[in-house]
Amino acid sequence: MVEHGDIRVVHRGGSKINFREPVLSHDSRLLLCASGECVKVFSSSTEECVHDLQGHTDLVTGVLLNPSNHLQAYSCSADGTVRLWDFTDGILIKVQLHCHHRSPSGCVCFCAELFQLAALHLPQSGDQLVEAREFSSVLGDVSSNPAAIAFGQGVCTHRNHCHQRSGKCIKIFVPLRFSLKEDNKKGAKNTFTCLSCHPKDDCIATGHEDGKIRLWRNFNHKREYTYSTLHWHHSAVSSVRTNLLSGGVESVLVQWRYNQETQKDFLPRLGAAITHIAVSPDGELFCTAHSDNKLTVIQSCVKVSAVIQGLVKGESVRTDLMVDPRSKALVLNGKPGHLQFYSLQRDKQLYNLDIVQQEYIHESGLQQFEVVKAAFDTRGNWLATVEERKQKDSTLELNLKLWAYDEQTQSFVLNTTVSGPHEARITAMCFCHTADSQTTMLVSASQDGHFKAWQLAEGPFWSCDFVGAYHSLVPECCCFSADGSLLAISFQEVVTVWSPASWELLTTLSQPPGAIRDLCFGRQSCSKYLLGTTAKNLLCCWNLLTCTLEWSTSMDVSLLLSDPLSENMAAFCSHAGLFVFKPSEPRPLFSHKAICSGKVTRAVFAPREEMLESCEESSQWLNRSQLYFLTQYMDLMTFITKAEEDRLMASSKRLVIDDSVAVTPFYLLLGKHRQQQQEKQDRSFSAERNQLPQGSVAIKELLHTPAHVLPSASFLCSMFVRSLLISEKKSEEEEMESDKEEESECEMEASTMGQGQTAEAQETAAPALTKAQARELRRVKKLDHSWLSSLLDS
Amino acid sequence: MASFKPTKIQVYPKLGEKVTQDTLYWKNYKAPVQIKEFGAVTNIDFSPVAPHNYAVTAFTRIHIYGPFSQEPVKSFTRFKDTAYCGRFRSDGQLLVAGCEDSVVRLFDVSGKVALRMFKGHTKAVRVTDFTSDRYHILTGSDDYTCRLWDIPNSTELTSYQEHTDYIRCGITSKLNRDLFITGSYDHTLKLFDARVNKSVMTMDHGQPVESLLLYPSEGLLVSAGGRYVKVWDLLKGGQPLVSLKNHHKTVTCLCLSSNGQRLLSASLDRHVKVYNTTNYKVVHNFDYAASILSLGLAPDDESIVVGMTNGILSIKHRKSSEETKEISGQQKRRPAYRVFVKGKNYVPKQDDYLVSKPVKQHLAKYDKQLKRFNVSKALDTALETWTRFRKPEITVAVIKELDRRGTLKNALAGRDERGLSQLLNFLVGNLVDPRFAPVLVPATEMILDIYQSVIGQSPVVDVQLQRLQDLLEREIGYQQDLLEVLGMLDTMFTSSLPRKEVPCSGISRPNGLAQGDASAPGPQPQAT
Repeated sequence: MVEHGDIRVVHRGGSKINFREPVLSHDSRLLLCASGECVKVFSSSTEECVHDLQGHTDLVTGVLLNPSNHLQAYSCSADGTVRLWDFTDGILIKVQLHCHHRSPSGCVCFCAELFQLAALHLPQSGDQLVEAREFSSVLGDVSSNPAAIAFGQGVCTHRNHCHQRSGKCIKIFVPLRFSLKEDNKKGAKNTFTCLSCHPKDDCIATGHEDGKIRLWRNFNHKREYTYSTLHWHHSAVSSVRTNLLSGGVESVLVQWRYNQETQKDFLPRLGAAITHIAVSPDGELFCTAHSDNKLTVIQSCVKVSAVIQGLVKGESVRTDLMVDPRSKALVLNGKPGHLQFYSLQRDKQLYNLDIVQQEYIHESGLQQFEVVKAAFDTRGNWLATVEERKQKDSTLELNLKLWAYDEQTQSFVLNTTVSGPHEARITAMCFCHTADSQTTMLVSASQDGHFKAWQLAEGPFWSCDFVGAYHSLVPECCCFSADGSLLAISFQEVVTVWSPASWELLTTLSQPPGAIRDLCFGRQSCSKYLLGTTAKNLLCCWNLLTCTLEWSTSMDVSLLLSDPLSENMAAFCSHAGLFVFKPSEPRPLFSHKAICSGKVTRAVFAPREEMLESCEESSQWLNRSQLYFLTQYMDLMTFITKAEEDRLMASSKRLVIDDSVAVTPFYLLLGKHRQQQQEKQDRSFSAERNQLPQGSVAIKELLHTPAHVLPSASFLCSMFVRSLLISEKKSEEEEMESDKEEESECEMEASTMGQGQTAEAQETAAPALTKAQARELRRVKKLDHSWLSSLLDS
Repeated sequence: MASFKPTKIQVYPKLGEKVTQDTLYWKNYKAPVQIKEFGAVTNIDFSPVAPHNYAVTAFTRIHIYGPFSQEPVKSFTRFKDTAYCGRFRSDGQLLVAGCEDSVVRLFDVSGKVALRMFKGHTKAVRVTDFTSDRYHILTGSDDYTCRLWDIPNSTELTSYQEHTDYIRCGITSKLNRDLFITGSYDHTLKLFDARVNKSVMTMDHGQPVESLLLYPSEGLLVSAGGRYVKVWDLLKGGQPLVSLKNHHKTVTCLCLSSNGQRLLSASLDRHVKVYNTTNYKVVHNFDYAASILSLGLAPDDESIVVGMTNGILSIKHRKSSEETKEISGQQKRRPAYRVFVKGKNYVPKQDDYLVSKPVKQHLAKYDKQLKRFNVSKALDTALETWTRFRKPEITVAVIKELDRRGTLKNALAGRDERGLSQLLNFLVGNLVDPRFAPVLVPATEMILDIYQSVIGQSPVVDVQLQRLQDLLEREIGYQQDLLEVLGMLDTMFTSSLPRKEVPCSGISRPNGLAQGDASAPGPQPQAT
């Protein structure tokens, strides 16, 4: 078997956006959150993803606004780097490398690894790639949970508190560094879960495992601290924010009134346990992160204003992966009792369909209704779902629900509920595939030994049309042929083929030993084949025209599925091997060993939006549809071809702005102007060529300065207009150039820095800046930009 | 923030008849007016002209009633014996009637004495009718003959002696003056043409024919006899079209609703059935106190008149549209319309600033309690007397919801004597209901577990527990009996079903479902 080098397995979407605390920008318009290997910037009002800050090569472990420049943000990652971003434009500004291969897990500036709290001095330098060597360990024995680290700006501005938890003792770090033991007599369950500092007062709030919140006061006076306890949550408080918000597993956001803690506001039913709470600097917006991969933006009047929802990953996907024929969204279990529709292209959850339609009660040990089966019909007009709830020592509660697609509301509307469709668990369920037939049919097979056919009756509601059984064996899988004329149902070792039109048993096929595990009809030209896998590691292919076994091979297939748009079938082995084959051809089209670690649990062929035109034989099977699969660890992965990857790279590169110069309208104007100048200078003023870089330094400086520190646009505009006018007259220009030269000589420091940046832009080895230079640079940055006006006025 | 999801009340499929357009139409009649006649009412005939009086033939009299009168407008009493079959002429001026004494009498509706007497039959004349040219009379008699008479000359024109038994029904064509049909106890229907001297078509009904009816188009003929109602296509030479068997006693009378869309049949089994004439399905059913002999339907279905063997004439008048409204208005006095639209029809001006009020979710009482996690109170609310008796499904749904929340035990515990006996009373009433049993059985077990320590302390509770025990013992007995019957049926079906050899031999059908019967044996789906 040849490994095909040009097809790669990649992670596709679904990364956690609730991994770390989200950050609201200063103007609360943007929301930053760590998401897998990138930082996502969302608009807090429209819920749209504005930028993907890509660059990290490993899990991003923290995001923090730059305190000195509120348009920049730091991010740290498990790859050992800290990066500085301009998140409004999505530009990478700086990379700081840790010299040690450490994986920072906490917030930037204090990066903890191996439960060590460390202070990292971020060197201020103009370079884009900086190695941070000054790394000082502040404290060992720190929890890995970043919620246990908080910054406070006390009453004294020079004093920074850093609190962290270690076991059952809280340590408060003032520059003087003293620690306090908590009075701990009550018992085991009051370990800290999170903490937060009051922005102005001398007060710290800590959350505990027993659902209590303690407010600690008077830290400035040594040993005279007091604390008060607030209790509302019933188990671990997961996030506390001062002014004072708390949330926990109940998915209720509680707003405590500071100093009058008996009054509280609630925002209940936020959907899932609250893991983080963030507050915008002006206090107008809150943002909560939830355990179901959701960010909720809440206005301070306790009203939800936006919900950003990623792919919800439960412990397992009990419904198979499915593709909604209408929206082409991936459909799988979402929140408890919901089906989620997840857009593969946009990496965003489109919507949640509430299947169970009951109030979700969180309580450990409580059996919830779970959606265990779901199926779409070919056109996406009907959705069938099965929910079940099994309590110990009581009967199984089963509901079969049929949902009709409503064109007006663009969503599914409950049509029929059948309570107790079968007496035991439903093992398989499928819709008839025919695209042209008037009546839709649903077949469900159950452990009670029967299979039932459901049809749309008058009303229009669904009713049972036929009940069938075979030797009181348990039906395991069912499958309709591509044209809907045959129904194959496997009863342990026997495959029965029925005619849905007359409900006659046409034939039985069996290939002992071993019960049938999976059953699948071929498609298109291979529709005469029926494939099945058995528990005894056999893949069989029957020809339905002759009713004989066409071929069989020994293979421990764990998952068998067919591509609805081509003849191809995919078989996943238990050791995560993949074979793609046509039932009519002896050789597999594609094979891949160990596509992921662990077992492949679920897989689906999703049709592509536009057909891929690949002529290579090995990747042709990916032309029409894409194969997505879920691994044991709930990672959603897919296959990608080299050509497709190149195309994606190209498109993303087009978006990524050239690192050296920011493309702004000014740049475009200036660039043109400069080109013109260059041309003219090249033509006539060769003597001045050596002065050219110096002349352009000012422009470069102008371009490299962030937009918000530049003089007003109207000012610049008039300058450009004037400069354009002047350019017509050579003599005046000469003067100007010479003046420029003088000016630039005056501003030596500025040009030095400019040179440094030029060098960096060209990615040549730039001489490292000395400390003095760095200091100068800082000074320049603080300088008034009047030099520019003087330059222009000349 | 998602809003609170209220408890889902399971909707159980309603047993019994479904509400259709037909049931609404045929139920829209007032309470019947009952008039006692002297003997069995054998015939009812509506006058074809307004005001649509109707002639009721009962015993030795014919009464003519006005459309809304409860006293006869006119009565003809000059019969020597039982009168039969009083019918109006198409202009409503003349009335003909047969008699047990074999004389046929012709009356002027305004007069009292018979205008003409037709003598010639030798036995009782049970059938009389006018032909469509209004100058002839058709009679049919127990002497097996049917005759045509001329009114002006009062002479017999023709006599047909083809039937071999009593002639008990006959009808003339409304479109052709020469055609008429008779039905006899010899099981045949015969179509006669007065221009030839013998019958032109014979149909075999299979039972003694009691009543005949022609469709307005006269292409179809309906006959009633025995338990059957049969429809014949005359244009295809008397080919049988449908045979209906919906009564369990002899069908005595047929009638067509005024728009020709519905067929009514009355029977000795005390029912009047309404059929749809396109698919001949029964769409409605009326029940009466006694066996029905005659049935009449006023034009536009304004009233249904039914005559019974005990001599009672029952008249139902259609509700007028105002009355319908009035009654529904009386049932509940609702606030005036303007109360609801008050302030809501205000159209904001262009520069108005709209302050939208959040829509408040309306929750039922028990849901409000559940929302606050007041589980005991929620159960109390659901156990209120009205809910408990009228809507047990609500109580059951709340118990189920509490069970799902894992707090049923808390809700059930801590009740005093009154509360507990209320709860037990509800259980006794609903425990064996198959719709509620899966929810209530675990709840009952829970109650017994919780309160087993207090058994014997309160006589009220003990009585209830005793009742519960009796109920359960009885139910177990029923179930055992039913299983026995099921077993017997299974054996019978297995022995009677032909054993198919190849593939289908494997189809096992539990509880004797027949091969052809593929209709849902499973639970009925319910609409949501």
